[in-house]
Amino acid sequence: MTDLPQRPTAHAAGVPASDVPASQVPASDVLVSARGLEVHFPVRAGGALRRATGVLRAVDGVDLDIRRGETLGLVGESGCGKSTLGNALLRLVEPTGGTVTFDGTDVTGLDRRALRALRRRAGMVFQDPFASLDPRRTVRQTVSEPLEVHGLRSGRRERAERVAELLELVGLDPAVADRYPHEFSGGQRQRVGIARALAGEPDFLVCDEAIASLDVSVQAQVLNLLRRLQRQLGLTLLFISHDLSAVRYVSDRIAVMYLGRVVEVGPASAVGSDPQMPYTQALLSAVPVPHPSLERTRQRIVLRGDVPSPAAVPSGCRFRTRCPYAFEPCPDVDPALQPVGAPGQLAACHLHGVVGRPVERAEEAVPAAE
Amino acid sequence: MTGAPLPEPAASPTATEEGVPSTARPPQPRWRQTLVLLARNPTAAVAGTVLLLIVLTAVFDEAIAPTGPNEIAVEDRLQPPSLAHPFGTDDLGRDILSRVILGAAVSLRVGFLAVTFALVVGALIGLLAGYYGRWVDDVLMRFMDILFAFPAVLLAIAVLAVRGPGAGNTALAIGIVYVPVFARVTRASVLGVREDVYVRASRSVGASDWRLLTRHVLPNAAPPIIVQTSISLAFAVLAEAALSFLGLGTQPPNPSWGLMLAEGRGFIDLAWWLAFFPGMAIFLTVLCFNLLGDGLRDVLDPRQRTLMAGSGR
Ligand SMILES: Nc1ncnc2c1ncn2[C@@H]1O[C@H](COP(=O)(O)OP(=O)(O)O)[C@@H](O)[C@H]1O
Ligand code: SF4
Ligand SMILES: [Mg+2]
Repeated sequence: MTDLPQRPTAHAAGVPASDVPASQVPASDVLVSARGLEVHFPVRAGGALRRATGVLRAVDGVDLDIRRGETLGLVGESGCGKSTLGNALLRLVEPTGGTVTFDGTDVTGLDRRALRALRRRAGMVFQDPFASLDPRRTVRQTVSEPLEVHGLRSGRRERAERVAELLELVGLDPAVADRYPHEFSGGQRQRVGIARALAGEPDFLVCDEAIASLDVSVQAQVLNLLRRLQRQLGLTLLFISHDLSAVRYVSDRIAVMYLGRVVEVGPASAVGSDPQMPYTQALLSAVPVPHPSLERTRQRIVLRGDVPSPAAVPSGCRFRTRCPYAFEPCPDVDPALQPVGAPGQLAACHLHGVVGRPVERAEEAVPAAE
Repeated sequence: MTGAPLPEPAASPTATEEGVPSTARPPQPRWRQTLVLLARNPTAAVAGTVLLLIVLTAVFDEAIAPTGPNEIAVEDRLQPPSLAHPFGTDDLGRDILSRVILGAAVSLRVGFLAVTFALVVGALIGLLAGYYGRWVDDVLMRFMDILFAFPAVLLAIAVLAVRGPGAGNTALAIGIVYVPVFARVTRASVLGVREDVYVRASRSVGASDWRLLTRHVLPNAAPPIIVQTSISLAFAVLAEAALSFLGLGTQPPNPSWGLMLAEGRGFIDLAWWLAFFPGMAIFLTVLCFNLLGDGLRDVLDPRQRTLMAGSGR
C-alpha cells in the first residue's frame, strides 16, 4: 500500500469496502444480509488433471441488506451474477467468502438440519416454468413436497386441504391438482411453482427472472400475483430481473449489479429516476419512456465496449472500461458504496468522492480489458 | 413508484389467464400411457404378447408339459415330430416339447435373476457415480471399466469356476458381467437429469439427497434403463444357453435350452429336431426381448407422450 501514489482523499477514507454498511437501517428490520459475499468458480482447463487455471468471480464482494417485508429488485445485465447471488443467499450455491445472515443467524456455517429449517423459511421461484416442475409428478405431488419434507400437515386430508388452499392462493382451480405439468400453459405452471415455494410458509422468496420466459400477456398477471402475495402474506421478496421496467414496477428498493458487485442500491423512486452511478444511468436511459414527448427527448447513454469477463475483472472500479466518466482514481481504488443522492441511496462511484479500497500491486496484474 | 404502470388484469386476481384444462377426463398414470402407446406399436405389441405367452408357459410349466422332463421311454427314442410328440423325442426317448417347456422356466429364471442382479447393483453404482460425481464417480466407474475389460465369457467362466455350476451361480455369473453395462447407462442418464431445474427446485424446498435421487432423478432417468433391461434379458437368455452349452451352466439331466442344444448337436444329421426346437425357443425369446426394447425406446421418449396427450407444448 505504501508504494501507491498518495491520494489524500482515498486514504482519508481508506475503508475496506466490506466494512461499509449497505444501508443505514436498524439490524432488526433486516431479514437477509450479505457482507463481502463472494462466489468464485474455478476455471478449469480441459484435460485429465482438471487443474484450476483461474477464477471466475460470479459474485465478488456483495454488500446487501434486504428489509423485512420489502420487495428488493435486483437488476443487471445477463451474466453479472444475479442468479448466483440469489442462490448463494439461500445457500443453494456455496459462497467462497463473506457472510450471509438470515434473520440474525449466519447461514454460511449451518449444518444439515439447520439448513433444512432455512429451506422452509426461504424459497425460490425459478425462471423457466417448463423446466422447474418434475414432468413425472402431478401438481399435487409437486406442491405437497415441502409439506412432506418438513413434516407439515401430516395426514392425507390435511395435506389435500393445504394443497387446495395453496392452488387457490395462486389463482388455480384446486380441481387440477392431479394433472401433470405438460397439461398446463406457462403462466399456470409458474403459478404451480409459486404455490410450491409458498407451501412451507416462507418469510423470504427469491424470484429469479420469474416472468422472463412467459408470454408478454401473461407477464403482467404473474407480476401482479407476486405483488398481491407479497402484501397478503407479508413476504420479503428478492425480485431478480434483467428488465429494469419490471423491477421498477414491483420493487420498493432497487439494487443494481455489475460484474459480481452491487454498485448502486436505494429506494426504487430514487434509483429508478435519479441514479447516482453511471452504470445505472446507462441502464435507465435504455428504458423507453411511456410519454411520447418525453420519449423523444430521452437521451440514450450508449456504453462502449463489451462487459468484461468475470474471470478478468478490471482493477479499481470494475465499470471503468465502459464508463464515460472514468477518471484518474478509477483504476486504482475499488469504490465502496457510499450514501449519495436521496436518503437511503448508496452508490459505488468516485464521482461522489473517492472512497474505497486502494488496489494492491498484485491485483494490478489482472489484465483489464481496455 | 416512477415505473410505467403495467395494466392490471381485467379479471380478479385469482382468475387464471388461460382456461385451466377442465375436461372431466381423469389423468392417466404414466404406466398406463406407456402400455397404450406400446399397444399402438405393432412390432412391440406382438413381441410383448409372445413374451407374455413364453413367460406364462414357464410359470405353468408342469401343468402344461405333456410329460415330466426326465421321463425316459427308450422304446420311443429319436422319434421325429408326430401327433404324440409334436417336437419329437431325444436319444433317451424324452418328449422334447415337454423339455422345451420346462427348459423355459430354467432359462427365463436364470435370465431374470441375472438381469435383476445387474440392474440393482449396476443402477445403484451408476446412480451414485452420476449424482455425486467427483471421486465417487472416478472410483466406481474405474472399477466398472476394469470389470468391463474382461471378456464376458471368461469372466462368467471364472465366477462359475470359483462358485461351481448351477442355476443360481449361472445367474450370478451373467449378472456380474452385465453390472458395468447398467452402471454406464444409468450414469449417463443421471448426468442428463441431475442438473435439471426441477431437481434444484426440490432441493430449494429442503428435499434430502435420498429424496432427490429416488423421487426425481431415478424416475426421470429410468427410460434408458428400462430399455437396457429388455435388451439385457435377451443377452442373458443367450448367455445362459452358451454357458450351458459349454457345460458350465445348467447340469444334466435338467432341461435348459442351451444344454438341449448342446446335447442335440451330436445328432444333428440323424435327428434335426433335437437341436432345432430349443434353438427356435432361444431365437424367439431373444428376438422378442430385443423388439420390445426397441418399442420401449420409442414409447418412453417424452415427445411421443406429448403427441398422445394432444396438449401441452
Ligand atoms: N456453476 C457454475 N460454474 C461456473 N461458472 C458459473 C456457474 N454458475 C454461473 N457461472 C458463471 O457466473 C457468471 C454469473 O452467472 P449468473 O449468476 O447466472 O448471472 P445472471 O443470473 O446475472 O445472468 C456467469 O459468467 C456464469 O457463466
Ligand atoms: S468510479 Fe470511475 S469508472 Fe467507476 S463509475 Fe465512477 S466514474 Fe465511472
Ligand atoms: Mg440468471
